[in-house]
Order: sequence, then structure tokens, then C-alpha cells
Amino acid sequence: MTQSVVVQVGQCGNQIGCCFWDLALREHAAVNQKGIYDEAISSFFRNVDTRVVGDGGNISKGKICSLKARAVLIDMEEGVVNEILQGPLRDVFDSKQLITDISGSGNNWAVGHKVFGRLYQEQILEKLRKSAEHCDCLQCFFIIHSMGGGTGSGLGTFLLKVLEDEFPEVYRFVTSVYPSGEDDVITSPYNSILAMKELNEHADCVLPIDNQSLFDIISKIDLMVNSGKLGTTIKPKSLVTSSAGALKKQHQKPFDAMNNIVANLLLNLTSSARFEGSLNMDLNEISMNLVPFPQLHYLVSSLTPLYTLADVNIPTRRLDQMFSDAFSKDHQLIRADPKHSLYLACALMVRGNVQVSDLRRNIERLKPSLQFISWNQEGWKTSLCSVPPVGHSHSLLALANNTCVKPTFMELRERFMRLYKKKAHLHHYLQIEGMEESCFMEAVSSLSALIEEYNQLDATRSMPVEDLPRLSVAV
Amino acid sequence: MSIVTVQLGQCGNQIGFEVFDALYSDSHCPQGLCSKRENEVYQASCKERFFSEEENGVPIARAVLVDMEPKVINQTLSKAAQSGRWKYGQHSCFCQKQGSGNNWAYGYSVHGPRHEESIMNLIQNEVEKCDCLSGFFIIMSMAGGTGSGLGAFITQNLQDHYSNSLKMNQIIWPYGTGEVIVQNYNSILTLSHLYRSSDALLVHENDAVHKICAKLMNIKQISFSDINQVLAHQLGSVFQPTYSMEGSYHYRRNPLGIDWQVRPPLSGLPTLGKVSLNRELHFNTSIANLVILRGKDVHSADLGGFKDPALYTSWLAPVNAFNVWKTQRAFSKYEKSAALVSNSQFLLKPLDTIVGKAWNMFASKAYIHQYTKFGIEEEDFLDSFTLLEQVVASYCNL
Repeated sequence: MTQSVVVQVGQCGNQIGCCFWDLALREHAAVNQKGIYDEAISSFFRNVDTRVVGDGGNISKGKICSLKARAVLIDMEEGVVNEILQGPLRDVFDSKQLITDISGSGNNWAVGHKVFGRLYQEQILEKLRKSAEHCDCLQCFFIIHSMGGGTGSGLGTFLLKVLEDEFPEVYRFVTSVYPSGEDDVITSPYNSILAMKELNEHADCVLPIDNQSLFDIISKIDLMVNSGKLGTTIKPKSLVTSSAGALKKQHQKPFDAMNNIVANLLLNLTSSARFEGSLNMDLNEISMNLVPFPQLHYLVSSLTPLYTLADVNIPTRRLDQMFSDAFSKDHQLIRADPKHSLYLACALMVRGNVQVSDLRRNIERLKPSLQFISWNQEGWKTSLCSVPPVGHSHSLLALANNTCVKPTFMELRERFMRLYKKKAHLHHYLQIEGMEESCFMEAVSSLSALIEEYNQLDATRSMPVEDLPRLSVAV
Repeated sequence: MSIVTVQLGQCGNQIGFEVFDALYSDSHCPQGLCSKRENEVYQASCKERFFSEEENGVPIARAVLVDMEPKVINQTLSKAAQSGRWKYGQHSCFCQKQGSGNNWAYGYSVHGPRHEESIMNLIQNEVEKCDCLSGFFIIMSMAGGTGSGLGAFITQNLQDHYSNSLKMNQIIWPYGTGEVIVQNYNSILTLSHLYRSSDALLVHENDAVHKICAKLMNIKQISFSDINQVLAHQLGSVFQPTYSMEGSYHYRRNPLGIDWQVRPPLSGLPTLGKVSLNRELHFNTSIANLVILRGKDVHSADLGGFKDPALYTSWLAPVNAFNVWKTQRAFSKYEKSAALVSNSQFLLKPLDTIVGKAWNMFASKAYIHQYTKFGIEEEDFLDSFTLLEQVVASYCNL
């Protein structure tokens, strides 16, 4: 079994990260009744004997003593990290795995990337190496950050290059929160485009998330909860937004519910690697199956169900509804409509009491309404994990490599150009050592090249699907 | 004569367990529909083939379990031990942590050489426990990374080290609509490599077995467990002891000893035998067929239909192409049961489909970078395509 390390950068990254660790503990507590430190838990947690001072305290087997998250927390302001360290999760984090500063990045990618990058490079390397040493077999780094700010965006992407150089064999999965149109950070288009170039070049796989989509999903859930349909009640713990474990405070801050959705995404992504099932899917299989060309590594994700009705006996119809929902544009975590765009590849990761016949039935049913690229007409990757998430009897995570990400990127470029044409706020960036106008130009061309790749793929949609002539051989 | 089984990857290990379980259950079945003595001979023969003896009497499967990640092997070992009836050897497993990522190149070029010695040692240990080795039964899937890539590598090794023993690969053909996106690439690479080193490829298609579960057995919610059990049942009915045609008093010595390898005659020779009038109706030409009958009335069964020349190619007479094995001892409580093993055009369409899809994907170069990363170049793909097109053409021309 392999281990993964989570690197959470910036305010957004750390807040999501916090939700993730809370949910991960809850999930493992539900599955692992006997309190034995097993391989599933070890994928994200170390077992430490807290009586031992220094580093020697790792316990590899036996009863759980004290769990420490395999995480590195980075923020250039102290507020968020301090809150985490004073909150109910304080014992889960190793105080040596933090890197903080006081001044913040001022929503400036250049400050995050160039200034703090240079300043903290050594420390970052040291913490990463340490966390890798604690792992038996490190497979993956999960980086969580936002694109629109300064720290998450700048320092978060600086990290990617460091990881690529230092640990070339380890996968880099990045969960990136993209700014929505009404973002209140004026320079978010600059930050996002500069960060995109780094994601294009140094990430193995990116899961873009949009705040607006998360917000819409929450509104939908609230509507369902409050509408109180006759004869059904929603199990409170089963909301994909809920963090109703004992660990968090009672009242929820506005972003909490949204962060929980992302945390659930990461848990479901890794479930088949951690728990048993009849058709396992490891993290390295995600990249293998969903990334046909190295640059096209942006995956649109959707999670269902968003809630479970209290009716325990789930008949087949509801199970099928779960599959249908996964493809609806309302369930996607970015604003995208995969059904009306072109699929390059699609993965369905199912958890819980679902068998291969259910999977096949639904694939057959949904296939006709989806358009797959000519050379991958049956491009499905599936996995079945026996352990359902907490509060559900089954769940589905769909990952799609689909041209529907294109509009998000095009809009971003649009917003960028509007600012850049007027040279608005540019001086904040150019005054940083190492930043020149060419950095901006390169970043835009990188994005434009990516958009062009998607355009070319989309162009094949109108062409008829023909079989290519085969090799002719002499018998 | 003993068979050493090598179970590779998630699929191989999950199926392997069901096969040993089916073999054990059948051999210990009280209702053999035959004399007690007969039953005992049957049991002893089955035991010798598939199990070795332990001190406290619990039979140990003659198997080596290989997987590149630990979850499935752990499950398989515990399921076997839990049953209390038989188990796997304590030191018969080889396991790593990272898996093969559905990447044939990784299984073949990285895991293969890296773990060659350890795995071959395990197999050697198992071979040494046998009084007389009949051959190897290798269970693997084509779609993933370990079963397919590492399986191809190991089979090649077995060919090099045990060239006198028969190697039969049990291949699982994936569902047509995707379990793994790169399954067609993995499949053609596997098949082309196995063609060079395996003696026989026994194929089971997930789609076909799934249909059996749905239509013939009426299972509502079919799981992989159901599918694997049907498969194990079929394999059990082929591998359990039988008498050879000569009517000897001993159970057939070499269970795998079907003459699988036939070569078409050089062109220019006249065709053999008469051409049957039924020829126009045929849709599937066989090279060879083997029928295995178990249970009541086996000696009076009429198998004339199988000897019709229309079923076979013109260059092989039915008397050479058709074989029957029989035993009165019933299989798995079925009063009468029959199994058919066929070398025919049956797999032509699935093979052709896989080659076609892989070719289309290859033309776009999609996913190729994942393979070249680990040393499988475009040339290797082209070699595989060429070989398989030849196989398709050969079968077509039957």
C-alpha cells in the first residue's frame, strides 16, 4: 500500500485541507472499529508514540496511539494556520510541518512565487523530504490551493517545480480552485493565468474547481432539505457538505460547506486505493487512463449523491439516478457541461454496495447521450470499492477528460486580456525581481496553446467516425 | 502429474481462489455417482494435481500468488484460510506496494526484470514439491498492468527455464465497453508476447460469462464474484481427472496433454477426406475440439455430431481433430455434465475488434507517451499489430 502527502497552500488550500483531514478521520474511524493502525490509515496518517521526543516515534503496526496527518501546511499569513492549530484538529498536525510568514502575499502571484519561493525554498524542501522519509512507499503529492490569490497561486505553483525536481517519480495531483466571475480579487485573472502556465508544465493531473459551482450545489441541497418532500427525510450526516462529526464547531462558516465538497472529492478519489473492492483503482491508474496526451491533464469532476434520503432500501432506480446525475451539468464541480462537449476519457469510481452489472447497465444506458472522441469510443475506466463513504450506502465520483473545460479557460483569458490591455495593476508585479512583461506573454501563450489543443479535438466532432485501414499481412 | 498455478494481478488472484475452491469442493463431494473406490481414486488424482499435503492434513494449493499491491493477495489468503478446508502456502506470495498502474510497459519492463529472481524462486519451490510436473497454469487478465505485462514476462521466463513443461495461460478478455481505457493496448501487447512463449491460451470473455450469469442463471445483481465462480466451475470441469480414450484404468496422466499445436499443411497438398454436404451451413470452423463428459451414461453418449467434417478445416480429418474424455464420476453434483474446449474461429471476432480499436487509438498516438516512458516503443506496438493481424488472417482462412 502506498502513502500520499497533502500539501495545502494559502488560505483556501488550508481551509479545504482542514475539512479534508476532519472527514478522513471520520471515515477511518467508521471503518476501523478496532483501532488498529492498518495500511488503509497509513496512506494518509502516521502513527506516533507521543511520549518519544524527536523523530523516533513512528509506530508501524498495532494499536493506534496518536495519528499525525501526512501534511505540509504552508501560508504566508498566520491567521488560518493558527486557527487550525488552536482548533479541534490541533493534535493531528505535526508542528514541525508548517511554514508560515506574517506579511501575506498581497494577492500577488509574483510575491508568492518569486519572493516567498526564493525565501522559503530550503525550508520547503526540508519539510517535504521529511514527510517523504516517513513514508514506506510515497506515491502521490496532493496539492490544494486557489488560483486567484497570491500565496496559493504563486507559492503553490512554485512548489510544483520543486516537487518535480526533487521527487520525479511521485505523482503531483493538484486541486485548484479557480476564481469565479464575480471574484472580489481584482488581480485574480493575472494570478490565475500565471499559475496556469505552471500547472500546464509541472502537474501530472489537475482537478479544477469553481466556487460558483460549489455554491450552486449548496443552494440546491438547501432547497431539497428545506422543501421537505412528503414522506422523506434527509439523513443529516449524509450531506456531502456536512461535517457533522464531533470534531468541528457547531456553526458553519460560509465556505465550510463548499470546502467539504472538495474534501469529499479527495476522499472518494483515493478510496479505491485505500480500501478493498472487486475492481481496484490505484492513483497511478488515474493518470494512465485519463491523460492521453501529457498537456491534456485537466479533469472535470462530479460527485453524487449529494445527500441520501432516509429510505434505506435503495431500489435500482435510485442507483441509476446516481449515475445520471453524475453527468448532469448541475453536479459538476466547475461550470461545464460535459454532455454537450467531447469526451476524451471518463472514469467512474463507485463506492459501496454496487456491483459490476449495475455499472454495466448504466454505462450502456448513458453511452448514447455522450459523445466520445473517435479513437476512444469505449473510453471508460471503472472501479468498485466495497467501502461506502460515511452516511451513504453508495456513491459515485466521475472524472472526465472533456473539452468542456475550454470555456472556463477562455473566460479566464478574456478577463486577463481586459486587465492587461489597460496595463492595470501591472506595476505591482513588474516591481518584483524576476518579473517582466514577457512572463505574462508566455503565460498567455501557454494557455492559448492549450485552448487550441481542445479546439482541434472539438473540430473532430463533426467528422464521421471511420475505422482506419488496417495493416495487411501475408499469411 | 501436478500442475503449478501462477495467479497474477487482481483478476488472476480472485479467479485463482475460486478455481481452487471449486476443485476442492468437487473432489470432496460425497455424491460422486460412482463406486466408493472410484471416488477415492478421483480424489487422490485431483489432490495430487492441485494440492500438496501438510502435516496437519490441510491441503495446500500448488500455487504462487503474485501482485504488485497487497490488498487482493491479503484478501485471497484470508478467504482461503477462513474456509478451513484448504489454504495457500505461507510463503507462496510475492507482493509489492505500488501496483502497475494499468500500464503493460510498467508490468513488463519495470516489475518483470526487477522481481524476476524472487518470483522464479517461488515458482521453483512449488515445482520442487511436485513428484512429477505436468505444467503451468497461469491465470491473468489482459486489460490491466500486472496480470498482462508481468504475466507476459513471467510466461517468457517459464518458457526459458522449463521448456519441456506445458504452459497454459488462462486469459480474461475484458468487457467490450471498458474496464480500463487502455485495455486494447494492453491486450494486444499481451497476446502478441504470449503467442511467442505460451503453449495454449484458454480464453474467457467477461461479456460472455456475464451473459451466462444474466440469461442462464438469472442472477439479478451480478458481481465479479458471481462471474469468477462460473469461470471456476467451467475450468474445474475441464481440469478434474478423466480417463483417456484408450480406456485405461488410470486417470489421464497429463491433464493438459491435449495436442494444442497444429500447423496447417504446406499449400499445394490435396485436401483430406470428403467434403460434407453440411458445409454451407457452417459459421465457425474448428481446428480441434475436445469434449469432456462426466456422470451417468457417459459411455453410451452419442457424439456423432462432433465428428462431422463440416465442422473442421479441410486439412485435418475429424478423427484427428476431435477427442473425447470421459469419467463416470459426476462433477459438482451434476448427474450429467459436459464441457467443450474448442480451438476454432470463435474468438476471431473479439480478436479482430480489439485489434481494430487498438489500431484506431494508436493512429492518434493517444496514451503512447505512457508506454514509451517505460521502454515500450512505437515499434513494439507495430510488431504486436503485425503478429496479431497474421493470427487473424490464419484463423480467417480456415
